[in-house]
Amino acid sequence: MGRTLFDKIWDLHVVEELGDGMQLLFVDRHVIHELSGYRGQVEIAKRGLKMRNPGLALGSFDHVVSTAPGTRGGNNANANRIIEGFRAESRKAGMRLYDIGEDGQGIVHVIGPETGFTIPGTLLVCGDSHTCTHGALGALAWGIGTTELVHVLATQTIVQQKPKTMRIDFRGAPAKGVTAKDMILALIGKLGTAGGMGYAVEYAGEAIRGLDMEGRMTVCNLSIEFGAKVGMVAPDDKTYAFLEGRRHAPKGAQWEQALAHWRTLPGDAGAKFDGEHALDCAVLAPQITWGTSPEDVIGVDGIVPDRKPEALAYMGLTAGKAIAGTKVDRVFIGSCTNSRLPDLRAAAAIARGRKVAKHVEAWVVPGSWRIKQDAEAEGLHEVFREAGFQWREAGCSMCVAANGDYVAPLARCVSTSNRNFVGRQGPQARTHLASPAMAAAAAIAGEITDVRGF
Amino acid sequence: MEKFPVLSSVAAPFPQKNVDTDLIIRIERCTGTPREEIGKYAFEMARFRADGSENPEFVLNQPRYRDAKILVCGEFFGTGSSREMAVWALAGLGIRCLIAPSYGQIFYGNCFQNGLLPIVLSSSVVNGLMREAEQGKSFEINLENQTINGAIRFDITPRRKKMLLEGLDELGLTLALEPKIAAFEAADRARRPWIYPA
Repeated sequence: MGRTLFDKIWDLHVVEELGDGMQLLFVDRHVIHELSGYRGQVEIAKRGLKMRNPGLALGSFDHVVSTAPGTRGGNNANANRIIEGFRAESRKAGMRLYDIGEDGQGIVHVIGPETGFTIPGTLLVCGDSHTCTHGALGALAWGIGTTELVHVLATQTIVQQKPKTMRIDFRGAPAKGVTAKDMILALIGKLGTAGGMGYAVEYAGEAIRGLDMEGRMTVCNLSIEFGAKVGMVAPDDKTYAFLEGRRHAPKGAQWEQALAHWRTLPGDAGAKFDGEHALDCAVLAPQITWGTSPEDVIGVDGIVPDRKPEALAYMGLTAGKAIAGTKVDRVFIGSCTNSRLPDLRAAAAIARGRKVAKHVEAWVVPGSWRIKQDAEAEGLHEVFREAGFQWREAGCSMCVAANGDYVAPLARCVSTSNRNFVGRQGPQARTHLASPAMAAAAAIAGEITDVRGF
Repeated sequence: MEKFPVLSSVAAPFPQKNVDTDLIIRIERCTGTPREEIGKYAFEMARFRADGSENPEFVLNQPRYRDAKILVCGEFFGTGSSREMAVWALAGLGIRCLIAPSYGQIFYGNCFQNGLLPIVLSSSVVNGLMREAEQGKSFEINLENQTINGAIRFDITPRRKKMLLEGLDELGLTLALEPKIAAFEAADRARRPWIYPA
C-alpha cells in the first residue's frame, strides 16, 4: 500500500517501539525560544543533565522581547531576567542563538524557514503550539510542553503515539482579496476547532499548490486551531527554490543528496488517509472571526450569527447585524501566522497613499529582523508610517501579549494572529482574526470592512 | 513523580466547551511565576473579580467543590497553546483527574507528564457524570481497575497507566535507551548526512 508524506517521515525517525502504539522518535531539529526554552534549560540543569545535540538546535528571542521601535530587550525586569538567562544557558550549552537585533532573530516559526534550518523530511519540535507552521516545508513538526522539551534537550528524542492521517483538498483558485489566512479560517469554520483532533493533517489541492511558501506557512500555522498538532504540505519545486542558498540549508553535494531524498517524500499514488475533506476556495469571501474561538468565523459580507451568546456578549456584538461596519480601536499586523514579507506587502498595498482612521492605533510588527530589513529596503516602512501605522521591532508582540503589548479592556482589535480567545490579547480584549490585507483595510476604514472594496 | 492513588473526591462540574489554556493560565503567569505558586492563578479571569476578590459563582469557589480533585469537563478541554503551566495550574489547585469527551492534544500529553489523569469518555457518559457532579456526589477513580465508581470503565494505554501508577518519569526511561539512540544517530548520519552540521 502507498504511504503518505506523513508516514514516510514518521517511519524514518523511529528509534524504538515502546509498545501500545507509542514510539521513541529521533528529533532532527529543535527550535527554542526564550520563554519555554529557558524554563527547559533551568529544569535540565536541576536534573544534572546536559543538552545532547546542541548542533541540532536553533534559538531565538521572540515571546518576551519588547517590540517598541528602537528597543533591544524586555519591557520589564522579569523579561530581562529571562532574556539574560536564556542567553547565558544557550551559550553554556553551545547551541546557536540568534540574539536580539541580529540577522536571524525573530519569531521562531518565521526564522526556522527563513534561515533554512527547517527543511523537508525533518522531525522538528519546539515548545510552542504553532510549531505546526514548519510543516509548510514538508517537515513533520509539532509543539511540545516543558517536560517534553527537557526530554528533547537531554535525549534528542521524543515519545509519541502515532496520530491518524487526514487530507484536506483545497479546491479551486481563491478570488482576489482572498488569502491563505481566509482558506484556513474557512476550513476551521466549516469543521470546527476539533475537526483535526488526533490527526496529522496534509493540506493539498490546487489552491495549496498556488500559494507561495509564506502562504503555506500561514495555512499550516493554524493547524493547531483546527485541533491538529501536525499540519503539512508536500514539498515541491517552490519549496526547493525557497530553500536553496539559505544559511542553514544543505550546500553543494549535500544539497543534491538532500534534494534527491526530498523528491521521494510526497505521498504515493493510492496512499490512504484516515480522514478526507475538501473545501472550495473559489467561492470564499475574505474571512473574519466574530466570537472567541477561531471556529467562530464568517465571510466579511456576512451577518453575526445567533449562536454562542456568551461569546457575543464578550465581543460586544449583536446577532443578526452585519459584521462589516463594526468600529475597531486597534489593528495588529504580525505574529507567526502573518508577519512575513508577502504579508507586509499585502498590507502595504492597502495602506499606500491612505491614512489610518483617527481613532485607530495600528501596529505592524515584522516577524523577524531580516524581514524588517527587507521590508525597509522596499520602502514598506515608509508606506506604513506615512499612513499612520507604527513600524515596530520583530517579536510575537500582541498575538500572545507575553511582553506587555496589550489591547485595552473592551477595546476591539482586528488582528492577523491566530487566537481570538477570551483575554488572549489582554483581559477583556476583543479580537477579530483576519488576513493582513483585511487588517490594513480595517485600520484605514476604522471599522471592519471588505478589503475587496479597496 | 507522585504515584497516582485511588482517588476519592467530589468532582466539580465544568461543562464549558473549548476551555483553552489561556483561560486556565494567563501568559503573564507563565513568564516568572515559580511552578509551586502557579495554582494561585489558575482560571484567574473567571475565579476572581476585577477587585481581586473571589467570584462566588465560579465552581471551584463554591464550598462543596473547593477540595475537588476531579473536574468533569466539556469537550475539547485544554485547547490552544502548549504551555505546560496550564497543567501545573490545575495540579496547583489539587486537581488530579479530568473527565471529558476530548482534550487539546498538546495539553493531553502534558497531563501525563505531571501525574494528572485525563480520562476520555463518550459525551453521553460524561453528561451523566456531569449531572452527578452537579449533585455534589463523590467519585472514586480507580486507575488500576480503570473504573469510575466501580462501574464506568475507561481506556488508557498500558504504558501510560503504568507510568502514572508507579510515578515513573519518561526521561528516566529514555535515558536508559541511550545506546539505541546512539546507534540510530550513527546510522542516520550515514543515511542523511545533510541533517547534521559539519
